Amino acid sequence: MTLNLEPNLSDPDGFYEALLKAHEGLSDKESRELNARLVLVLANQIGDPATLAAAIEEAK
Amino acid sequence: MTLRDRYPVALRLYPYRRSEDQGAATPARHPVVIAGGGPTGLASALDLGRKGHRVVVLDDHEGVGLGSRAICFSKRTLEIAHRLGPGPGMLEEGVIWQKGRVFRDRDEIYSFDLLPEEGHRYPAFINLSQVRFEKFLFEAIEHARAEGAEIEIRGGNRVDAIEAGRDVIRIEVMTPEGAYNLEADWLIACDGARSPLRNMLGLGFKGRVFEDNFLIADVRMTADFPTERWFWFEPWFRSGDSALLHKQPDDIWRIDFQIGWDIDRDKELKEENILARVDAMLGEGVEYELVWSSIYTFQCRRMERFRHGRVLFAGDSAHQVSPYGARGANSGVQDAENLAWKLDLVLRGLAPETLLDSYDAERIQAADENILNSTRSTDFLTPKSEVSRTFRDAVLTLAARHSFARPLVNSGRLSVPCTYNALPGFGPDMLGQPARSRPGAPAPDAPVNDGYLLDLLGGEFTLLGLGIEVPKATKVDGISVAGRALNDMSIGDMLRERYLGKASSAAYLIRPDQHVAARWRELDLDGVQASVRNAVGKGDE
Repeated sequence: MTLNLEPNLSDPDGFYEALLKAHEGLSDKESRELNARLVLVLANQIGDPATLAAAIEEAK
Repeated sequence: MTLRDRYPVALRLYPYRRSEDQGAATPARHPVVIAGGGPTGLASALDLGRKGHRVVVLDDHEGVGLGSRAICFSKRTLEIAHRLGPGPGMLEEGVIWQKGRVFRDRDEIYSFDLLPEEGHRYPAFINLSQVRFEKFLFEAIEHARAEGAEIEIRGGNRVDAIEAGRDVIRIEVMTPEGAYNLEADWLIACDGARSPLRNMLGLGFKGRVFEDNFLIADVRMTADFPTERWFWFEPWFRSGDSALLHKQPDDIWRIDFQIGWDIDRDKELKEENILARVDAMLGEGVEYELVWSSIYTFQCRRMERFRHGRVLFAGDSAHQVSPYGARGANSGVQDAENLAWKLDLVLRGLAPETLLDSYDAERIQAADENILNSTRSTDFLTPKSEVSRTFRDAVLTLAARHSFARPLVNSGRLSVPCTYNALPGFGPDMLGQPARSRPGAPAPDAPVNDGYLLDLLGGEFTLLGLGIEVPKATKVDGISVAGRALNDMSIGDMLRERYLGKASSAAYLIRPDQHVAARWRELDLDGVQASVRNAVGKGDE
């Protein structure tokens, strides 16, 4: 599996809204923790080590 | 209370004139009274007047308000204006655009094309000042009057009180010569965002106010920027947190700056301070003239219901959105079009009054779609927390590098007409595809022979036969259904793709507002009859 950097979200605005909604009312610390958990959940979905490594590089 | 202008009038199109109703022994009764002479009110009056109804428009001002306000008029609005007459003139005068570019600082991070396909009479958008747009509608009303339409616009007539009864609405009107009363069977409230009628009826307004101010300036200059919508996040010229540049006719450019929540409004509105921001944006030595400016905040909200008995709210009085999507005036004109044919059938006794509940349901669905899109854009433009700013900045950073992040960049999602979804009054869909022309959708335009498909539709119900013969004119319970048949020779590739897809023939029932009501693979006249009855609120009978 290679890292997909082309548009892949079927509803980008809906996803973005849901993401912000999840953070509503949280403190900065709680938000950081939510983001950390979310990254780990999504990483598990990807699974493939090479893809994850490429994603980490791209995000830097 | 005497009459006083709430805003300066740019064009005194309908100066106050005493009407026969003033001083009448008993209040005159009118079938339709429209409060407000903005885009929604004028479009409603024109549509209903052309359908043969007597219409009175009451406007507390004597013409069009100063300032451009709305500038982007959408394809759907132009298609409606085409049916009503002034579409071609608007197109000729307006600035056509369909491309937008989004910058962060100095770098372009994203661009879009709103109408990447051919075969439509009208472009995705034109820019035209609201003053001109309203003047076009007014001229069309004058033209219709010359041909016998009974539309009367009463300038300097302010609605001061109403009594909304079960069978009649009593209206107290103030004029420069004092008050008078009149009665209406139906009242369309197009009296704007601050709607006095809404307040008179004690009706609420739910939604969100966004904590940001926008400075809007129209400047006149000769510049060779392309006719595209240019939007900057965190612009290099630092005139605001974001900025927008957009061309209008006659070398007028619309500029918007996002200037934050805690501002001194009077100070920001001082000409020298506005000029300083514009100078920073345009650079040294660019000559321009400030034509109009204003500071606004915005709300995303709507009334819980748009129909209150015999009072129907339309346009800004019923719903408001942030401006970054061209969803204000455009949705008002679409409200007007949705309501006009329904009220027409009710007034002629051909449909039950409950048909007007479908106006409520359909335009609330449209308003919710507009509010959703506009709220999302605003949340992106004006991050309301640290974490949402962090995400926003991450999107902008990634968008400069990778295409995947670009669809997340939200500088305004521009208005497309609502496809009414899962509401009563539509169906059946016996064709199953193409998705874009399914029941509930606005009929997509396509070239036909030397013209366009939409020229063949609208005004009344239309049965469109594609590769099928259909009766030229039929009636269902007194309601006219025009037949239009196109044979294989007339069906071009675009029409085929948009209406037939994999099928070789189809029959479409199209409502008077050019929304698809139902469709079939074969001609089914019993089905057509049932669908017309269903579309006019008689589905359960």
